[in-house]
Amino acid sequence: MFGRVAAGLAALVMSGAAVWAVPIGDPEEGEELFGMCSGCHEVGQGAENGIGPHLNGIFGRKAASVAKDFRYSEGLRRAGADGLVWHLDKLDAYLENPKALVSATRMSFDGLEDPQERADILAYLRRYSDNPQNIPEADPTARPREVELEPEVLALVGDEEYGEYLSSECKICHQADGNDEGIPSITNWPQEDFVVAMHAYKRKLRPHPVMQMMAGRLSDEEIAALAAYFEGTE
Amino acid sequence: MTLNRRAFIGTGAAAAAMLSAPMLNAQGKPRVVVVGGGAGGATAARYLAKDSDGAIDVTLVEPTRAYYTCFFSNLYIGGFRELSSIGHSYGTLASDYGVNVVHDWAVGIDRDAKTVTLAGGAVLPYDRLILSPGIDFVDDAVPGWSVAQQNKMPHAYKAGSQTELLKAQIEAMPEGGLYAMVAPPNPFRCPPGPYERVSMVAHLLQQINPTAKILIADPKPKFSKMALFQEGWQKHYGGMIDWIGPDFGGQNVSVNPDEMTLDIDGTVENVDVCNVIPAQKAGRICDMAGITEGNWAPVVPATMQSRMDENIHVLGDATSQGDMPKSGYSANSQAKVAAMAVRGSLLGSKVFPAKFSNTCWSLIDTDDGVKVGASYEATEEKIAKVDGFISQTGEDDALRKATYEESLGWYAGITEDMFG
Repeated sequence: MFGRVAAGLAALVMSGAAVWAVPIGDPEEGEELFGMCSGCHEVGQGAENGIGPHLNGIFGRKAASVAKDFRYSEGLRRAGADGLVWHLDKLDAYLENPKALVSATRMSFDGLEDPQERADILAYLRRYSDNPQNIPEADPTARPREVELEPEVLALVGDEEYGEYLSSECKICHQADGNDEGIPSITNWPQEDFVVAMHAYKRKLRPHPVMQMMAGRLSDEEIAALAAYFEGTE
Repeated sequence: MTLNRRAFIGTGAAAAAMLSAPMLNAQGKPRVVVVGGGAGGATAARYLAKDSDGAIDVTLVEPTRAYYTCFFSNLYIGGFRELSSIGHSYGTLASDYGVNVVHDWAVGIDRDAKTVTLAGGAVLPYDRLILSPGIDFVDDAVPGWSVAQQNKMPHAYKAGSQTELLKAQIEAMPEGGLYAMVAPPNPFRCPPGPYERVSMVAHLLQQINPTAKILIADPKPKFSKMALFQEGWQKHYGGMIDWIGPDFGGQNVSVNPDEMTLDIDGTVENVDVCNVIPAQKAGRICDMAGITEGNWAPVVPATMQSRMDENIHVLGDATSQGDMPKSGYSANSQAKVAAMAVRGSLLGSKVFPAKFSNTCWSLIDTDDGVKVGASYEATEEKIAKVDGFISQTGEDDALRKATYEESLGWYAGITEDMFG
């Protein structure tokens, strides 16, 4: 930096760092990491849809809305219809565990555990969406403060019997025989996926006002109980 | 004032400057020269003078005696404001805050000697220089147009006589005539500005010339508040406004001011009014100071210091800083951060983390106001957007009216914050 005066300023700046915006991640690193996505997704000038849709302008885009000529999975189309918009938190959740955010997509990707790697990829992708300088309403380029799902919550062992009791409320809409016309099926759903999905509704990461409301009043134990129950259903 | 290390460095710098210009620094106070008396410069001058209680000698260099704000100048075109209501003088800054207001052009900067030369010949030494010159236009951005043609095809993107001229031309349009706008490429001053202007022109024409048409040639596929404007244009001015984006040649435009024609991708239109808003760059004093990179002056986000000279701070539209749009609100917000940093350096006063914000209100029609806003913070690399909001399509009339009324309050507030 500059001379001594500026060095003094820099020290003050550092002490205030905790309350400051953090860049999403390192876009250069992200560009390299994007290698694991580029088999299916293109981004940048001239990007086109491939196995997956192109990712230009992904920030602030409604799910399953990119192109007339891309055929989305039922899961993503539903999420889009429910109002899922690809903001940073949603993209991060989707990269962490695609199934937590949207069920039954065609994206064959298990998720990326390392938050830094996700942040780097997202910083790279952010380059190819609108710039808030030109379109002030464009999505932020800084990382917001996060609320993490704690490991203890994931580790809870649910009471299947209690789950069955609670599930009666779910079955009003989600048909017990697994029929998924209009409303998705939730039978035979792997426990952990169920838990992260419900917490995603609870945290309003997943769209859909009814599910946000239903999940919103379930305790951590109740979600675990439901997960235990639904995994066993055929 | 207690003498601490930072204050010592500050006065040390002032003392060094004194040797080169002993006549002008009889009191030994650190000197700050501010160039440009708009939302950035006037605010910075006022805050520096106000918060330093006379410990800093503040000089504001601004060529015009009556300053017309660019924000709300569209409302004058629409007939919602008198021109006089957006004009301001620097009297209070001088009388109540002790700012030395010099009405002249800055024509040269010597970064080694730390002096600013004015057109009238005066040489002003500084310890810190704040440049807030706003925009100039990129040469040949719109083929056929140059600043020399601005009376035939006004830009009206610096407020005052240009705004008056544009309005007079619109009022003189023949019945059923055509107003055309050539919209600028990114980045430019006031992202929703051209589209608010179109709304205000439509409002005016609807009353005095309802069969007139509006044509916008735009090089951008998307613009700020696009859905809100398009909804509003449909609702209030159905059929009057035609927007031609880059898919239909909106980026391939030339004009002929003598013939009053506009060529969009090979199709030549006769136009009655042609409002050319060319591509923009930092006010030319930034080029003269040698602190630009490309069209803009890059700055250190936390202090608004030039990346090329720690003794110069740059504010507002002229900067490249990251995510903040080029707006009066942004410049005002950045000015307070810069003033704090300058006082910290020169006087040793406390410096807090930089926080920035912006809101842009736009008026679509009578009592139909919309807004977009965000908060920003400084990272090492840039000023980054943290959070934001925007008006929604389909909002009810009461909310839109409240939004417009809010903008009136904001105008009163920010102009008082600038001019005292």
